[in-house]
Amino acid sequence: MARGVTNNRKIINTAAAWGIGLLIFFPILWTILTSFKTEAVAIADPPVFLFFDWTLENYSVVQERSNYGRFLWNSIFIAGGSTLLGILIAVPAAWSMAFVPSKRTKDILLWMLSTKMLPAVGVLYPIYLLFIKFGLLDSILGLTIVLMLINLPIIVWMLYTYFREIPGEILEAARMDGASLKSEILYVLTPMAVPGIASTLLLNFILAWNEAFWTLNLTAAKAAPLTAFIASYSSPEGLFYAKLSAASTMAILPILILGWFSQKQLVRGLTFGAVK
Amino acid sequence: MATQNSRSAARLMLAPAVILLLGWMLVPLTMTLWFSFRKYLPLRGGDLGWVGFDNYIRFVSSSSFWPSVQTTLIIVGGVLAITVVFGILLALLLDQPMWGQGIVRILVIAPFFVMPTVSALVWKNIFMDPVNGLFAHLWKFFGATPIEWLSQASLQSIIMIVSWQWLPFATLILLTAVQSLDGDQLEASEMDGAKPLQRFGFIILPHLSRAITIVVLIQTIFLLSIFAEIFVTTGGAFGTKTLTYLIFQRVLESQNIGLGSAGGIYAVILANIVAIFLMRIVGKNLDA
Repeated sequence: MARGVTNNRKIINTAAAWGIGLLIFFPILWTILTSFKTEAVAIADPPVFLFFDWTLENYSVVQERSNYGRFLWNSIFIAGGSTLLGILIAVPAAWSMAFVPSKRTKDILLWMLSTKMLPAVGVLYPIYLLFIKFGLLDSILGLTIVLMLINLPIIVWMLYTYFREIPGEILEAARMDGASLKSEILYVLTPMAVPGIASTLLLNFILAWNEAFWTLNLTAAKAAPLTAFIASYSSPEGLFYAKLSAASTMAILPILILGWFSQKQLVRGLTFGAVK
Repeated sequence: MATQNSRSAARLMLAPAVILLLGWMLVPLTMTLWFSFRKYLPLRGGDLGWVGFDNYIRFVSSSSFWPSVQTTLIIVGGVLAITVVFGILLALLLDQPMWGQGIVRILVIAPFFVMPTVSALVWKNIFMDPVNGLFAHLWKFFGATPIEWLSQASLQSIIMIVSWQWLPFATLILLTAVQSLDGDQLEASEMDGAKPLQRFGFIILPHLSRAITIVVLIQTIFLLSIFAEIFVTTGGAFGTKTLTYLIFQRVLESQNIGLGSAGGIYAVILANIVAIFLMRIVGKNLDA
């Protein structure tokens, strides 16, 4: 007897899953909705769900008052820069470990992972000091470097697990045909590795975008990205729900959309290939 | 076949990543270790010399130490319990045949992509505010007195916020594991008359044990150092000062670098104990 699924059961499953899914998503949905309300409607009791006069006013107010654009650019530069830099350093490393493994490869991989486990707060002051010494405090460059370093182990690991799936015979064949190391990487490996590199890029961009320990502690006015911009909305501005919601929506929407594309890679990237 | 040439090339390609990470690990850690043995107050006299293990002893004998350990354990344990239990249930539900599975997955995964400062602020103000928050409206609707969430039930509130952020992660990983479950085995057990609860206990749960362990280990490492959620909501007040937050306060707020560094070393040791277990599992997987 096959496990026949009756339509009834499917209906119950669907209802339960949608109910729970919407419940989990509700805080985000509510924030997005609130961002289109006036302040008075935003705190109305009983709360208004959908039927209000939609307004874009909050977005323009937030933009004018806090120069949202600058924080957005900082976020893009820092998250994008640290990810690209990390990929540049990690691709050769992952390539060499995947295709020319040595006895120590496993130890090196695990050691790299262990640096990721270092609690940030344990090295906060030294980094702070070094930043002052090199004039990196509140600079985009400084944050880019730090975020690149904290995500480098994940980037190496993700790329390594992708590269290992590329059959080594193809590379050998290319080598036999006289391809140099450079052309081997450029014309054989790269085209096959593009999907893996793309998902690594995506996931690490998201992680860097949302990072909130170093971005809060190492920036002030100039290089602050969106995480710090939002944190500045703690009281008393936090009491202006509609504006807080507009600012929040602008900070999370780009990443939410990217995140939905990368959900499959998330498992691989964050479990270091241990769950497939 | 790896030639001598390609071997040295490989070593050269590996070098930048290794050197950078080695520097990133060793330089600040050595500095922290150095500071932890010194009386160092940048705003009150600067570096006042070697004090041996004084800072280590003072850090653990301070009146805020044990409460902060307790707070850390409650938050980490609470979030782990909630995310693992609900993660398993949700993963099993999402694995069932249904309409619109892809969309439900997207809805469930969404909180993971919300930056911590946003989720903390949104929960704090729009949901948990005792006057205008949505929960306050809900409580009033049922005739109850609204709760001042972040002062009266501060720990529970933070556990709730953090669980909301991490439930998607647990669910997604457990769902991946559930999907690799052998359907024939389940069918066979069903034909042999195993009840749903028995099937769960004897087949599904053992199959998930590895994924559960990994979820627990990875989340523990991240949860031990949650920062923004506390920074934005309570600022460490109302009994929500975790070990991480205590160290942060010692270093940046009271500018006692020696004491904070000693705390930092404790945190590093604690994280390493968890990390060793995680490494074992991941390492085993590398051989396979």
